[in-house]
Amino acid sequence: MDEKPTRRVALKVLGATLGAAAFERALSPLRELSEITSVGDFMQKHYRELSRDEMNAVLRRLEDETQQRYGREVTIRDVRPTEGVQFAYALNLSVCIGCRRCADACHVENNHDRPTHQSYIRVLEMTSGSMDMEQGNTGYDHTVPAEGKFYMPVQCQQCENPPCTKVCPVEATWQEPDGIVVVDYNWCIGCRYCEAACPYHARRFNWHKPEIPAAEINPDQSYLSNRIRPQGVVEKCTFCLHRTREGRLPACLEACPTGARVFGNVLDPNSDIRWVLENKRVFVLKEELGTRPRFFYFFDV
Amino acid sequence: MLPIACEDPAGYADRSRRFADVPAGDGSRHAITVHRPASLSGIVGTEQTPQGQPVEVSCATCHEVLRPPPELPASARTLGGPHSGLRFEHGSNECRSCHDPERYDRLRLASGESVPMTDALRLCAQCHGTQHRDWLHGAHGGMNGHWDLTRGPRLRNHCVDCHDPHAPAFPRFRPMPPPPDAPRRRADHG
Repeated sequence: MDEKPTRRVALKVLGATLGAAAFERALSPLRELSEITSVGDFMQKHYRELSRDEMNAVLRRLEDETQQRYGREVTIRDVRPTEGVQFAYALNLSVCIGCRRCADACHVENNHDRPTHQSYIRVLEMTSGSMDMEQGNTGYDHTVPAEGKFYMPVQCQQCENPPCTKVCPVEATWQEPDGIVVVDYNWCIGCRYCEAACPYHARRFNWHKPEIPAAEINPDQSYLSNRIRPQGVVEKCTFCLHRTREGRLPACLEACPTGARVFGNVLDPNSDIRWVLENKRVFVLKEELGTRPRFFYFFDV
Repeated sequence: MLPIACEDPAGYADRSRRFADVPAGDGSRHAITVHRPASLSGIVGTEQTPQGQPVEVSCATCHEVLRPPPELPASARTLGGPHSGLRFEHGSNECRSCHDPERYDRLRLASGESVPMTDALRLCAQCHGTQHRDWLHGAHGGMNGHWDLTRGPRLRNHCVDCHDPHAPAFPRFRPMPPPPDAPRRRADHG
């Protein structure tokens, strides 16, 4: 007995077609996701759970992905802290002239997005006598230093008691044994709680896929610091750990034309940074919050 | 919560990944070198080579043969020859406050000791003691290289790299462009 096309059958076919189309549409964000997140990314364990072999496999995969997406051969390393080293940074506000060379050096060293000229450092123009960083002006664009002003560069203070790591719902950010607060960019879900928790406005969010011409990419990269970040994750200053954990000075310090910056191992009693902490009247930003920054400021007396 | 976080503050499943495998050093340290500015061994003339490069003339080119040397002028205004038009804004100093009146290619300390131009740092330190003290401790003047001298050398700037001895105030100039969120004119989230 042959079935005649009935209203019931027509509705079934229509329903199935619409259902398939809706299903297809519902899955489309996943397909778009696969363009920015590979299966390897998706299946990867948390940074601290990786064995050495697994870590190496991740690094090679990330190098391949950088080659495909940015057309540049780069080296991504997993640079670990040295035992007996705790970093500290000090900045002399008497000699800083507000030229923003440090912010620019950070932009280049850390493979920041070119169109937005992103950087982990903001230089605040402050009125002499004022100490409230919230009143600082970052947008000045005139010959520096201006009369009646002083200049205060602010970046991650690498707090010993960091508010940002505590609010992370997935433990994608934590403090390392040498004091550096890091982000596992492949574990971060982009909720930006850490950005809201930071009293120093030190964290940045990647709203877009970072754009950098291949020729401008710094090929000396590390997993926890300056590799090109994916879209939708939070990033921050790491005291250039790919340089400093190998004994080199941070890029912002080398770029400073006035020598306002002092960096070193605070556990070494003969270090420059220890001399500054012991002999200059140093202070920290927003001390009342109890964050205990490893970044100090001082004036020449 | 990752369970590993409870066992170890740094929380590494593979504990060998907690710290780097740094080979124990033999205790030797790399050197701290002080940069030697070209202006301490000569001047850049207005003449150009056929390739268009400015001609650098060492002090000795003139000052080894000009003997006995003419008397040092009291102020830079009366200077002639390659030194004419020299801008001088360094307090009430006179030429002979720093230059050796016997040998123009050398400097003279307050003690009367004659020192080569390249030892200018000692001369500056006579008056600028606090800056010199800070410089000795890495808290004044730019540098490059390594904070950890067991792993590599460091290059320090000389006074004269940043300060023109005849007009030592650091120049004012245009800064790099403001950051992307600058129009808000406040420190703000980025």
